[in-house]
Amino acid sequence: MISIKNLHARIEEKEIIKGLSLEIEAGKVHAIMGPNGAGKSTLASIIAGREEYEVTDGEILMNGKNLLDLEPEERAAEGVFMAFQYPLEIPGVPMNTFMRTALNAQRKLRGEDELDSLAYLKKIKPLAKTLGVSDDMLKRALNEGCSGGEKKRNEVLQMAMLEPTFAVLDETDSGLDIDALRVVADGVNALRNEQRSFLVITHYQRLLDYIKPDVVHVLADGRIVETGGPELALRLEEEGYAKFVGEAA
Amino acid sequence: MSDTAPDNTEIKSHIDALKTYKAGFVTDIESEKAPKGLNEDIVRFISAKKGDPEWLLEWRLKAYRHWETMPDPKWAKLDIPEIDYQDAYYFAAPKMANQPKSLDEVDPKLLETYEKLGIPLREREILAGVAVDAVFDSVSVGTTYKDKLAEEGIIFCSISEAVKEHPELVRKYMGSVVPFHDNKHACLNSAVFTDGSFVYIPPGVRCPMELSTYFRINELNTGQFERTLIIADKGSYVSYLEGCTAPMRDERQLHAAVVELIALEDAEIKYSTVQNWYPGDEDGKGGIYNFVTKRGICAGDRSKISWTQVETGSAVTWKYPSCILKGNDSVGEFYSVAITNNQQQADTGTKMIHMGKNTKSRIISKGISAGKSNQTYRGQVKVLPGAEGARNFTQCDSLLIGKECGAHTVPYIDSKNSSAVLEHEATTSKIADAQLFYCRQRGLNEEEAVALIVNGFCREVMQNLPMEFAVEAQKLVGVSLEGSVG
Repeated sequence: MISIKNLHARIEEKEIIKGLSLEIEAGKVHAIMGPNGAGKSTLASIIAGREEYEVTDGEILMNGKNLLDLEPEERAAEGVFMAFQYPLEIPGVPMNTFMRTALNAQRKLRGEDELDSLAYLKKIKPLAKTLGVSDDMLKRALNEGCSGGEKKRNEVLQMAMLEPTFAVLDETDSGLDIDALRVVADGVNALRNEQRSFLVITHYQRLLDYIKPDVVHVLADGRIVETGGPELALRLEEEGYAKFVGEAA
Repeated sequence: MSDTAPDNTEIKSHIDALKTYKAGFVTDIESEKAPKGLNEDIVRFISAKKGDPEWLLEWRLKAYRHWETMPDPKWAKLDIPEIDYQDAYYFAAPKMANQPKSLDEVDPKLLETYEKLGIPLREREILAGVAVDAVFDSVSVGTTYKDKLAEEGIIFCSISEAVKEHPELVRKYMGSVVPFHDNKHACLNSAVFTDGSFVYIPPGVRCPMELSTYFRINELNTGQFERTLIIADKGSYVSYLEGCTAPMRDERQLHAAVVELIALEDAEIKYSTVQNWYPGDEDGKGGIYNFVTKRGICAGDRSKISWTQVETGSAVTWKYPSCILKGNDSVGEFYSVAITNNQQQADTGTKMIHMGKNTKSRIISKGISAGKSNQTYRGQVKVLPGAEGARNFTQCDSLLIGKECGAHTVPYIDSKNSSAVLEHEATTSKIADAQLFYCRQRGLNEEEAVALIVNGFCREVMQNLPMEFAVEAQKLVGVSLEGSVG
């Protein structure tokens, strides 16, 4: 269970998150929707530990620990994963090298044995196949020269490999055509289980046709302004965010 | 026990310090040294110790007299205090009752040192497939696999031994690529060189294993002046690797080496260096002055020389491995990774001299500066009038970590033949915060993230290293950049 309590955060002098509270039970998929500039991506970055945001109040509890006390890599080892809206390119570092280094870095932090290359390949091959990531892609430099769809598939593959307990998907649908969206959504759905929680951040309802949320929140002006079931997303699609923007302001 | 040998507490503190510089320990071993300072008598002393023939003593003395007249080279972008050449020892040898005839006679402490450094000196390491000549301070302590190589007619021994056993080859080629008067550091080396490796590959022979030399400076205030000479006869091939370390000392130490490569018709020499001399501490105290002259000549048609270097150590590096492309259709390559951190300074690059027709050269240089360090790529591509159809491709990439370091690129291009095609590309970049965060989100700490990104940046060069050393070099990248972020 993840519990965000009264979170306040700012970048430089500008307050962006203004008292946000949220609880996600194990095994549930929560969606956060909201207008541009509401603080959606900021929330994702704060959960993952990006340093340019200053948290002025509140806590984010997971497994009884306050994530805000941990370094980004320690949060990752605790089971936090963030799928980036714009996955980074790392020239000269093959996906396989990156993935194995990351996996073993997390295992080391948890005091587990490192995986040798054979065990690693045994683990990644079937997952890569399901997601349509070719051997050639695994050998290529991470995300270099990849299409938007390929980058997002790489993100989901990394998530599958790292087996997080809490996955945050930041605008995963952006830049994807409908076919790529389906592949990515199928990948995410395959990872749903009773222990794993998801926070799906999106501007559009479309993604939620493929990844069915248990709970939908509306984030406006740094706060959760409404919470409901999947039907809330459909209503937003029809009515837009205007009502909430007005309310929050 | 020599008067400078450290006591146990000092050794312990050095071992504690290994976390930062893993080769920084001192071996407690008796040694024999020449008196401090440099003059003709010292040159004669060294020559006598080495049992030089008359011609070599004459050569040394000629070099010494010329050296006295030469100014220190000042054109590099390096800030170095005036060097006091009289304040150093020019000869130090581990004391052994007699020259060892086999590894069993070598002081076990010496072998332990190499073991700590991970050098496979013993033949039981046969699987590693590396033949090693190890130079400890001034003396070559053991050459492995000699017999096996001899079956192929390959000569791999210390240069002192080559002077005695193969004088005709040494006399013919030593100084033929780097004349003793080439520059002040090479001139000093010619006067006082104490050891180094010698390789001869006979016509048509492909050397069946990597040949390797391991240099170590152990003694306090000692300079190391090794000389390496590699001759690849017609149609032969050899891959050679040198590695270097030194203990941590507060005093600056001088290292002035000379390497000469000769590739005859259709021969190929691949020369790789992993240089990890002690870089000094964070404040720039101590460390090695690495003044090296490396040059190869593609003397025959279709010959090839390839330099690969990973330079992470030394307080100051002054080094330009070069190729003289004399034979038609000959090829010269230079692949370089230079990493500077803290107060390190490096001025390094290459020279490609195109003389023959259709000669090709390729330069890939990757410079990484961190901390308060400064580095310069300095490269010259020269095409002489007779070099019809010469081609060069140069790529210089610099990566900056932090705000206090500097990177400079100084290419000199000089073409006297209008048919030559010369390309030059250069980039400068920084590690983006977003890249670091992405890696950290996946579980890497900041230093692991930097090491990974930098290794990616250097990949094109690292791929040229022999397999056995590529892994080691990658780890070294991480170690060299410790403390460069955060």
